[in-house]
Amino acid sequence: MYMVVVGAGKVGWNLARELIDRGNEVTLIESNPNRYAVVEEELEHAVQQGDGSELWVLERAGIERADMVIAVTGDDEDNILICQVAREKYEVERVISRCNNPRNLEHFELLGVRPAISATNLILRLIEHEVPKYGPLHLLDLPQERLEIIELEVADTSPAAGSLVRDLGLPDGSLVISILRDGTGFVPLGDSVVEPDDEVLVVLDIGLEAKVAERFAPAGANEAA
Amino acid sequence: MFVLIVGSGRVGSAIAKTMLGEGHEVSVLDEDPGAIALLDIGRDDSWEDRGGSFTVGTALEIDALIEAGIERADAFVASTDGDNTNLVIAQIAQRRFNIERVVVRVLDPARAKWYSEQGLMTICPTQTAIELLEAAVREEVA
Repeated sequence: MYMVVVGAGKVGWNLARELIDRGNEVTLIESNPNRYAVVEEELEHAVQQGDGSELWVLERAGIERADMVIAVTGDDEDNILICQVAREKYEVERVISRCNNPRNLEHFELLGVRPAISATNLILRLIEHEVPKYGPLHLLDLPQERLEIIELEVADTSPAAGSLVRDLGLPDGSLVISILRDGTGFVPLGDSVVEPDDEVLVVLDIGLEAKVAERFAPAGANEAA
Repeated sequence: MFVLIVGSGRVGSAIAKTMLGEGHEVSVLDEDPGAIALLDIGRDDSWEDRGGSFTVGTALEIDALIEAGIERADAFVASTDGDNTNLVIAQIAQRRFNIERVVVRVLDPARAKWYSEQGLMTICPTQTAIELLEAAVREEVA
């Protein structure tokens, strides 16, 4: 495949190298003369110097025969424009754009530039996945015995807050073994009341965690996620 | 009418002053808080005292555009110093906010020509200068 990559920053340079290694024909375009000189030492004729949002620069790079154009400059407006002319003027079949500021994603969308990849958004999503606000804390995992013990905080607006232990609606295979309140813990009975901000220890069969956690999470948290 | 001008350099600020002088409501958006100075040159009273409004923000920020009044603008002028910025925000003004009159300053004649073929009203000062200079040269020689 023939690919035109615009922007020889860290992303563009590494991307061009990987694409060449995989047997593609690549032209990388860089506007900054100093940066161009550095990259040219390695990539030689595969890099050209010029402003990749100028049509003649794109034409010199052979955009008319490109199978793919990848815009990875540090400027979102440049990336949008490059991909827009690539698709609409030069009829390049596939474009990929980098989105530097995730707040600009709606502009990429509006002007039909997709896919737009935002590294910030990808990392944000990973963080949200890895650090859920009312997520369970694993105190003990016994995969061999297929048992685990988790600790959960009781959210104010959760179904559990104010409920009797026996009315918690926990799935079969799970059991509240301790409630921690004001720094002390006790083993609850069926008619013990669960209060907001309590921390509860639950022993459960592996695989029930999500079902258990939703009883202690804020109301509506599941719909939102 | 209500005119929103994004980019208050020599061009944007001059248009803003003229439009305000003609009795229109004018709002100016620029990322540089100091850009308001251009709107006050040669005047004793300030831009805001004369009834103009000025918002600090970057052109691609929807919040800034909304604060500057894009939702009720009748006319939109994209006159920042970046061709690509102007072309992108002009399309946002046209497609997302349905502003009837959108004009874009584009310095590069090639991009100006192609985008005008796509339905944007582009004004290319470079192209105008080329034509004027060519005409002047011919006159000299003849």
